[in-house]
Amino acid sequence: MIRCAIVTTPIDPAALLAEVTTPSTGATTLFLGTVRDVNDGRAVTGIEYSAYTAMALDEMERITQEATQRFEGIRIVIEHRVGILLLQEVSVAIAVAHARRAPAMDASRFAIEELKRRVPVWKQEHYVDGDRHWIDPTAMQTTTGASS
Amino acid sequence: MTELQVLLFASYAEAFGASAVTVSVPESATSADVVAALRSLPGGAVLPEAPVVAVDRRYVRSPVAVRAGQEIALIPPVAGG
Repeated sequence: MIRCAIVTTPIDPAALLAEVTTPSTGATTLFLGTVRDVNDGRAVTGIEYSAYTAMALDEMERITQEATQRFEGIRIVIEHRVGILLLQEVSVAIAVAHARRAPAMDASRFAIEELKRRVPVWKQEHYVDGDRHWIDPTAMQTTTGASS
Repeated sequence: MTELQVLLFASYAEAFGASAVTVSVPESATSADVVAALRSLPGGAVLPEAPVVAVDRRYVRSPVAVRAGQEIALIPPVAGG
């Protein structure tokens, strides 16, 4: 069971957990990416996420298909939100359930790493001083980065 | 010559001032020709030497033939999560 979505309204992590958990799943993981207050030493007020929605969905589907091949038996749901998000709001949620914990945890890690590497989503940070900046992870590899 | 529409996003859309632009390229054009045509437009200087290209919603890693009717997009460095 897989489901991927790009959403414009707040993500409900509890709903994702309920969606993947069944009587036969004994382990469920939930990864949440949230907006953090400081990045690269600058005070952040929020992040505007945008996406190439059609391709982002296709790429998320490909990632979840790959995950189900690597970690047989997982149930996985991924939601990524777009629009302006404030501090602590959830930008991405990945829920994975399996009979055993190892595949659930490994698939969760696989999915978020591949999502960050491949899914065409962008973020523009908004700072306290009114400035805005497009985040380019490829230009930030020597810093702690903007990763969630 | 043929006209191809190219989708732009995020910093690239901002630089070109548009979410899509049309370029005129030879019939036998490749994705590299499309990038070269874009680079000659106002805002084109923002593009790196070899920007990431997607055709029909899949990444293409080297110059590939492109034609009208395909969904061609330039993908700035992604930053989801």
